[in-house]
Amino acid sequence: MLLIGCPYCGERPEIEFSYGGQAHIARPARPAELDDAAWTEFLYMRDNTKGVHAERWRHSHGCGRFFNALRDTATDRILATYETGKPRPDLGAAREPAP
Amino acid sequence: MSRQRFSALALIRRGLSGHRGWQPQWRKASPQPAYDAVIVGGGGHGLGAAYYLAKEHNLGRIAVLEKGWIGGGNTGRNTTIIRSNYLFAESAALYDHAVKMWEDLSQVLNYNVMFSPRGVMMLAHTVHDVQVSKRHIHANRCNGVDNEWLEPEQAKAFCPPLNISDNIRYPVLGAALQRRGGTARHDAVAWGYARAADALGVDIIENCEVTGIRKDARGAVEALETTRGLIGARKVGVSAAGSTSVVMKLADVRLPLESYPLQALVSEPVKPIFPCVVMSNTIHAYISQSDKGELVIGAGTDAYTSYTQRGALHINTHTLDAICELFPQFRRLRMLRNWGGIVDVTPDRSPIIAKTPVPGLYVNCGWGTGGFKATPGSAHLFAWTIARDEPHPINGPFTIERFRDGYLIDEAAAAAVAH
Repeated sequence: MLLIGCPYCGERPEIEFSYGGQAHIARPARPAELDDAAWTEFLYMRDNTKGVHAERWRHSHGCGRFFNALRDTATDRILATYETGKPRPDLGAAREPAP
Repeated sequence: MSRQRFSALALIRRGLSGHRGWQPQWRKASPQPAYDAVIVGGGGHGLGAAYYLAKEHNLGRIAVLEKGWIGGGNTGRNTTIIRSNYLFAESAALYDHAVKMWEDLSQVLNYNVMFSPRGVMMLAHTVHDVQVSKRHIHANRCNGVDNEWLEPEQAKAFCPPLNISDNIRYPVLGAALQRRGGTARHDAVAWGYARAADALGVDIIENCEVTGIRKDARGAVEALETTRGLIGARKVGVSAAGSTSVVMKLADVRLPLESYPLQALVSEPVKPIFPCVVMSNTIHAYISQSDKGELVIGAGTDAYTSYTQRGALHINTHTLDAICELFPQFRRLRMLRNWGGIVDVTPDRSPIIAKTPVPGLYVNCGWGTGGFKATPGSAHLFAWTIARDEPHPINGPFTIERFRDGYLIDEAAAAAVAH
C-alpha cells in the first residue's frame, strides 16, 4: 500500500485516497472549435508513462480535496505532491530515478 | 525441422526408458539480420500470432522478440478463465472465435493445453444484477453464444460449495452459466505455441528488448533496434500487453491505453472441491481450482497506473473478504502466494487488433484484465491482419480509430469489469 503525502493533511495510507488519472489535462476552453482528433486526444489518449508520471489523487476519506503527485511508475515511489493548479515541479536530474 | 510428436505411445516408450531422450521443445535462436515479420512480445498472443503467420500465411522468415522469457508476462500470471459471454455482438464474435479455437487447440498444436470447459458461472446479487444477467443471456443467445439462467438452488447444485443463504451481505439471487467456458493451463499455451511455431521455422529470441523502431523515407517500418543488435523487419506486430505504450512510443504512435497492476493469488493445494469457475462482478472476486489443487483467485486491478508487476495487499484482502463470504468453508485455507501483472486497459475495455498510422506496424493490445481467454482467437486474427495488411471481419471493429469516430465497443459500461 502506498503512503501518500496529502499537501493538506500529511502522509496517509492509500486506502484514504482515490486515483484521478493523468494530471494537467486541461478541459478545452472552446469545445465547439475542437475537431475529432483533438477530442480523441482530450478524452481518450494518455501518456501511460513508464517513469515519472504526474497524476491526480483525491483525499476522499480525508479532506476531500484533489491534488497532484509525481510518482515513478516503474517503482511506485512518490517523488512529490503538490496542490492542484500549481505547475509540475522540476525535480532536477538528481532526483530522476534510475531507468 | 522435425519435432518429436507427443502421443500416448511416445509417453509410454519414454517412460520405460527413464524419460531420457526428450528433445528441447524449441531452439534457442539468435537474431538474424532481417525478417519478413517480427512479433514484439513472447506471450501467448505473440507466439500464437507467429505460429499462425507461419502456418496459415506462409510469410517467410518470422521472429518473436521477448525482452524476458516467453510466457513470463501476463500469460504466466493470469487466472486462466475462458468464456465468451460478452454483451455486444462485436465482442461475442471475437471471444467466441477464441472459445471455438480452444476446443481443439491441444490437437492442433499436439500439445496438451488442458482446456477444461467446466462452466463459468457469474453470480447475481441484486435486482439490477439479475436484470443485467438476463439481458446478457438473451444477447448472448442472439449471437449464438450459450448462456443460461440458474436460480440459487440450481447454482448451488452446479457448484456445491456456494453459500446461497439469505443472511449474507449480498445474497446470491441467481447466476448466469456458460457451460462452454472454463479454464486452460496457461504456461502450456505459451509453450505449445512456441514449440509449434519453432517447428515451422519461427525464431524465438528471448532476452531481447526492443529499444527503437526505425522507419524508412516514406515512414514505413524498416528495422528494430534491440538489446541484441539491429534487426531488419518488413512488418512488425506489437503484442506487448502492459508495455505496449512504451514500445509504440518508439514509433511515435499514441494509444488510448493505461497500464494497471492486476493481482491474483492461490491457496495451498487441496483435494478436488471446486468443479467450475465462479465469478462475481458485484462483490468482485473470481475463483476456480487448478489441477494441482490450488484455489486460483483474482479480482480487480489496483487503483493506479504502474509498471511494477506488483500491487497492494489491501486489494487481495478485499478479494478474500468476498471469497470467504461466498464460500465460508475456505476461511481456514492458507494462501500460498500472490503476484501481479501489468494489464493495458482501454477506455471501453475492449481490445485493439489493428493497423497503425505507421505502414508495416500493427498492434494487438488493450486486452485489459481479460486477455488470456482470447489467446488463440486474438493470435489468429492478428496474424491475418499482419499478413494481409487489412483486418479480418471479426477484428474489423477493434481499431484505434473507433475512439475518434465514436464507435466504442463499451463492454466497460456493460459491466463486464471482472474477467
